[in-house]
Amino acid sequence: MTFNSMTAAEVSKKVINKTDLFILDVRNENDFTDWKIEGENFIFRNVPYFNLLDGVEEIIDQIPTNKEILVVCAKEGSSVMVAEMLSEAGLDVSYLKGGMKAWSEHLEPVKIGDLTDGGEIYQFVRLGKGCLSYMVISNGEAAVIDSTRMIDAYIDFADRIGVKIIHVLDTHLHADHISGGRRIAERTNATYWLPPKDATEVTFEYQPLASGKVLTIGHTAIDIHSLYSPGHTIGSTSFVVDGKYLLSGDILFIDSIGRPDLAGLAEDWVGDLRETLYSRYRELSDELIVLPSHFMIIAELNEDGSVAKKLGTLFVENHGLNIEDEAEFRELVTGNLPPQPNAYQEIRETNLGKIEPDVEKQREMEIGPNRCAVR
Amino acid sequence: MIKTNSVLDAKGLACPMPIVKTKKAMNGLEAGEVLEVQATDKGSTADMKAWAESTGHQYLGTVEEASVLKHYLRKAGGEEQEEKQHENVISNEELLQKIEENQNTIILDVREAAEYAFTHIPTAKSFPMGELEQRMGELDKKSEIFVICRTGSRSDLAARKLTATGFVQVINVVPGMSQWNGPTQISVNE
Repeated sequence: MTFNSMTAAEVSKKVINKTDLFILDVRNENDFTDWKIEGENFIFRNVPYFNLLDGVEEIIDQIPTNKEILVVCAKEGSSVMVAEMLSEAGLDVSYLKGGMKAWSEHLEPVKIGDLTDGGEIYQFVRLGKGCLSYMVISNGEAAVIDSTRMIDAYIDFADRIGVKIIHVLDTHLHADHISGGRRIAERTNATYWLPPKDATEVTFEYQPLASGKVLTIGHTAIDIHSLYSPGHTIGSTSFVVDGKYLLSGDILFIDSIGRPDLAGLAEDWVGDLRETLYSRYRELSDELIVLPSHFMIIAELNEDGSVAKKLGTLFVENHGLNIEDEAEFRELVTGNLPPQPNAYQEIRETNLGKIEPDVEKQREMEIGPNRCAVR
Repeated sequence: MIKTNSVLDAKGLACPMPIVKTKKAMNGLEAGEVLEVQATDKGSTADMKAWAESTGHQYLGTVEEASVLKHYLRKAGGEEQEEKQHENVISNEELLQKIEENQNTIILDVREAAEYAFTHIPTAKSFPMGELEQRMGELDKKSEIFVICRTGSRSDLAARKLTATGFVQVINVVPGMSQWNGPTQISVNE
């Protein structure tokens, strides 16, 4: 039997199309428990590769014959070894090209909708890590928001559709992933915008995103309003694009809300978070479509792979927006917090420009789930 | 420099090769012997630990020197099942008390040098089983001597050997370092 490679892009399509897939994950049990590929119709088995060095006889009966089979490891090498053994044992299998490393780095661009006067907005879904970033396009110009460190994905995409990136924005200082904002701005001669309150320690040039600021992309008036909304970090900012989309950063997600402790100040900022979610956001139109910077679980994906929902719907369905009692709210966002993201302090320092780890180190820092939310 | 029975060069190899080679090298060792694996694959540390756990080998630790990871593993051995025969024994807690009362308490750690390097009682002397006979002369036969290993088995054998040679106050520490809660020290760079 044969064995083939499957790319992260192909796996993404299976997640979005809810295809059946059997995944044999041959990483350590700890790594598997911490973080794995998620898909509604994926079934899993975790057997570390080092338990299969003598052969696959012991597990061959537990592998379904009526499903497509994908072997996954950290970087590819072990999955190739195991895929080869399974193939010799008579199964038709694939291995994940580039392993979980490639899965973590893959970005899937999904069109969210059209803007007034011919513009478009795209969401770049990083399925492996739950990060969402955006490109707003109008009349040959583009803005990139909350970009990941895989900057070629945005630059190539802009080239392909023939637009020039002129503005790069981050809603806040990220603690779960390394921002590509500064490097995209350098490569494309764009302006890099950051909330000044999150950027007091940055070591590079940036433009401050003050509340009330309006940026224009293209000749048509596509405005990005900065709506100052402290909570996740002191400077956390939300943008309203074209009067239609609310880019909520890490303040509000589809099925959860932002955690206030990643800059170390949960107790101080819980009040700000409540103020933003329960007062400032209430003043906005229910018709705004919320586009967050993260998703936590695969169930938050829409049919087309996008992560977006009307603000009015979230006010009804999102548990974090429906806690009347302030003490109970305080308990939710400070009491029972999930573990902090891997290497979040180093990630913050990298985003401030204080340290400059090499790519290999950056990958290692980002391994694992994002854990920016509380439910 | 930590003394081992064998050294495996797995530098420059990517996963799964460091583990594949380690498994092969372990097959060639005697139970209780220690292997040093030199690797450059960052993921090898977690994998060595998990692999050792799943096979019963003892993962001792890892030292990073000039971006080379040196992993130390001790091959699983049968000595743990042997019944203890030396009658004069002391518990970990009682030994800890003795040390607190008297810093000059003589403690011989008879585990392999690599086991000692990654964790030992600060005042213990490293006396690996294999060196015991030739180094007995360093010790006074009349002194009170405490012998410790990981689980009390190797130290039982050492205590009997010493007693048979004419030492009069040899005490085996049971269960030994695997359950030790007192102060410890690492000396991997000596």
